[in-house]
Order: sequence, then C-alpha cells, then structure tokens
Amino acid sequence: MTQSHPFLLFLALSIVKIAVVLVITLMAVAYTVLLERKVLGRLQNRWGPSRTGPFGLLQPLADGIKLFLKEDMMPLAVERPLFIAAPIIALACALVSISMVPFGKHTLVPGTGVDIFQVADLNIGLLVILGITSIGVYGIALSGWSSNNKYSLFGSLRATAQMISYELALGLSLVGVVLRAQSLSLRDIVASQSAHGLWSWNVLGGCQIIAFFIYLMAAYAETNRSPFDLPEAESELVAGYHTEYSSMKFAMFFMAEYANMITVACVATLLFFGGAGSPFGHLFDHFGNGWFLAAALPVFWFVAKVFAFLLLYIWVRGTLPRFRYDQLMGFGWKFLLPVAMLNILATALALAYHG
Amino acid sequence: MQIALFTIFGLLAVAGALNLLLQRHPINSALSLVVVMMSLAVLYWSLGAEFLAAAQVIVYSGAIMVLFVFVIMLLNAGAEEHTRGSRVAAIVGFPGAAAIFCLLSFVFLSERHRLGTTRLGDSVTGVGSNISEISHTLFTSLLLPFEVTSILILVAILGAVVLARKEL
Repeated sequence: MTQSHPFLLFLALSIVKIAVVLVITLMAVAYTVLLERKVLGRLQNRWGPSRTGPFGLLQPLADGIKLFLKEDMMPLAVERPLFIAAPIIALACALVSISMVPFGKHTLVPGTGVDIFQVADLNIGLLVILGITSIGVYGIALSGWSSNNKYSLFGSLRATAQMISYELALGLSLVGVVLRAQSLSLRDIVASQSAHGLWSWNVLGGCQIIAFFIYLMAAYAETNRSPFDLPEAESELVAGYHTEYSSMKFAMFFMAEYANMITVACVATLLFFGGAGSPFGHLFDHFGNGWFLAAALPVFWFVAKVFAFLLLYIWVRGTLPRFRYDQLMGFGWKFLLPVAMLNILATALALAYHG
Repeated sequence: MQIALFTIFGLLAVAGALNLLLQRHPINSALSLVVVMMSLAVLYWSLGAEFLAAAQVIVYSGAIMVLFVFVIMLLNAGAEEHTRGSRVAAIVGFPGAAAIFCLLSFVFLSERHRLGTTRLGDSVTGVGSNISEISHTLFTSLLLPFEVTSILILVAILGAVVLARKEL
C-alpha cells in the first residue's frame, strides 16, 4: 500500500467494501426469507421449513439452486429488452441504496481516510436513498407493462400508484428528523441521537414517535408488503407484476423485495432508533476498552435493531388482513399525508421555541 | 475525475436525447428522457450542486417521468405514426437550432464577467454542504419568488382538482 496513490488506495478499499457489503446483504436477504418462513410458520402453529440441514438452515441454499436450475421461460408476446431490464433495475436499485447506510461507529482504516463501516458517506445520504427508491419504481412499472399480460399490468399499475402516493408521506415523515439533526447525512443524524442512549433516540426523546409510525406504514406500502401487498394480491391478480417471470428473473424480483425490506429497516434504525448507538448510551463504555469490542458492539446493536424490524415485518404479515385498494389510497392521502405535515409544523415550532 | 464524469455523462445525455427523438415507441422515448435526466443529475453533482442533483432525481426521474410512463401504460399507446413533417421545419430546423446555439454561447461567453459567478459548494473538493446556503438564500433574499412559486403550484393543483371533478 503506497501513500503516494491515495486515490488508487481509496478505489481498492471501496471495491473491497462494496464486495463485502454486497455479499453480506445477499446472505441477509436469503436468510430473511428463511426467517420469514420459519416465524410465519410458528405464527400459524406449524414448523416451517425444517428438513434441509439443521433447523432448515440450508433451505436458502436449496432454494437458490432450484431457482438457478429452473428453465428461464421467455413468453413470446413480451417486450423483450424491457422485460429483461425490469428485474435488473429493481434489484440494482434495491442493492445500491444499502451503500449509504453506516453499519457501525466511524472507524477509519489506519493510514487512510476510508471508513470501514460505510461504503459512501454523502452529505445528502438520506436524499440519495429516497431518490434511488423512487427510481426502483421503474423496475415494477416496466415489468408489468412489458409482460403483455393483464394481471401483470394491473399489478404494476397498482404498485406504481401505491409507491408514488406513499413516497410523499414517507419523505415528509423524515423531515422532522432532518430538522432535529440539521443535516441530511446519515452519520450526522445518528450522531445527533447518541448523547444519552435510549432517551435521546428520535422515537423517544426526539418526540418523533408519530413520524416513526407514519414512516413505518409508508415503508410497508413502499416495499409492497402486507397489509399493503395489493400489487401481488394472489386472490385477484395471480401473482401481480411478476406473473410472467420465471427462474432467475423471478428470483431477482424476490431478492429486490427483501433487500428493500432490509434497507427500510436500516433507515428506520438510523433515523429513529439511534443507528449503531447503544440503548444504554455511554453507561458501559469503560467495560469495552479493547478495540475489537469498541468496533463490534455498535455493529451488534445495529444488527439487533434491524433484526427487530424484520421480525415486526413478519409479525404484521402474519397478523393483519389486506387493505382494499380505495382504503389504501384514502389512508395514504387523507390521513398519513396531513398528519406528516402537522408533525413537521409541530417539530419546526418546537425547535424554533427552544432554539 | 470531473472531466471524465463530464465526458461520459454528457455523451450519455446527448445519446439519450437523440434516442428520445428517434425511437418509435412512446415508452422507449420516455425511458430515454429518464436517462437524460439522470445524466444531468450526475453533471450537477460533479459541479458540486449535490442538492440540485438529488432534487433532479427525486422530482424529475422519480415522480414526473414515472407519471409519464404510467399514463403511457394506461393508454396503452402503440408505436407512433410518422408524418412527412412540415417543409419549413426541414429547411430551417438545423440552421435555426445552430444559430440559436451560437447566439446563446456567444452571449454567455462574452458577458460572463458581468453575469458573475456563483460558488455552488465545496463538496467536490472536501467537506461542506451547500444545502444550508441554498435554504438560507431561499428564505431570505429570494423569499418572495419562492412563496409566489408555491402559490402558483397550489393554484395549479386546485385547477386540476376542479377539472377532474367536472367529470364525476
């Protein structure tokens, strides 16, 4: 490693980081699927997958092999380039947004200015995540249109309308947090909640609990998850926008959905639950003097919070019935949006009064 | 670095714009426009205007163009039919466009000292964010135009609602 080429060093380290984060995310996606099947099974009083490996732990591997080896059907009447591009857009957008997420404490690689636990620290990281999410809509919209199938088209129309509508409530619910942190950088937002542990998290001490629930509901709608999973309502639409897809192309949509779930859980953790900060604040800092513990504990807290959000996703899916479509739209526009605006107003007034 | 980004994404923007005109199918044209918008966003970013870049992606590529694609999908528009085009456009088109381009670049280049320069931000060279500068400008010296624009948009929304209600 030469100090004379800081740019090359930065490039090499960035590529390594991207590769590691990509592998971890894809593994997390695979095991989130298994987690969902297991937990959903327990919620419905059955076992879930249990035959492949101990506790069914090799099930994702078997699923992956199955999807790889399946025949890749290409229906005759599809719009070929867009039909192929749509799953790629969906998966790429889902994976890119994870690169903004800081997984742990700000820890530099010795001798360089490269952060270990974050791929890219941008001063508008939050906006970039929102932008990439809004680009991800194209994957779903195009897949339904290019399939040349009425069920696909209906599914993708529903998904597109739903995602555009809930994007507003999602974006507005985050404004209160941004106002409090006075920055759009995810690092700064986490740092603004690190003072007193649990009590200074935005969801408690920051009085953003309403914003948090708006975010949660909007995020479920954004990721097309139950109870807002109308785009793939199997009782009405076969399978929605990915009806015509098979093999790896279907797997890409599937992975995109779970990667989006993970991203949404990461953003909720960062914005409302103090990111990689410990819930005890700096109370037990003097116990962990070793560098390893100091680096690993924040990552542990972060992963634990994200895991809790994923469990919540699955719990909600196992519990709540699906919305009707007009209820979904009315809920988004007539309830979530005004409440999100009132929250911004209240937060701004409170900040102006105190500051 | 900036030159490389400018070359790649400038060419991409031009290619997308040409593709927009040459494609027969409306959805391909709409997607080419998305490519143009995204390339412009990268160009803004490379100039240090990162907030403008993010707004460009979220507003234009993420919202407006999605609605375009949405409408095209709903109408299920087929491939366009080519007309012969007007003769005036065929004769005057290219020279006219070239003349306007030359005029504009001449004005900008000759008057650049009087137009003044603006500092977009230090994000390319180091730390710092221009979001606070932008918001400060918007809410102090440009407050009136900013508020007037929002009223204008509000009026447009109300107009759209009124037009839509007539058919109910």
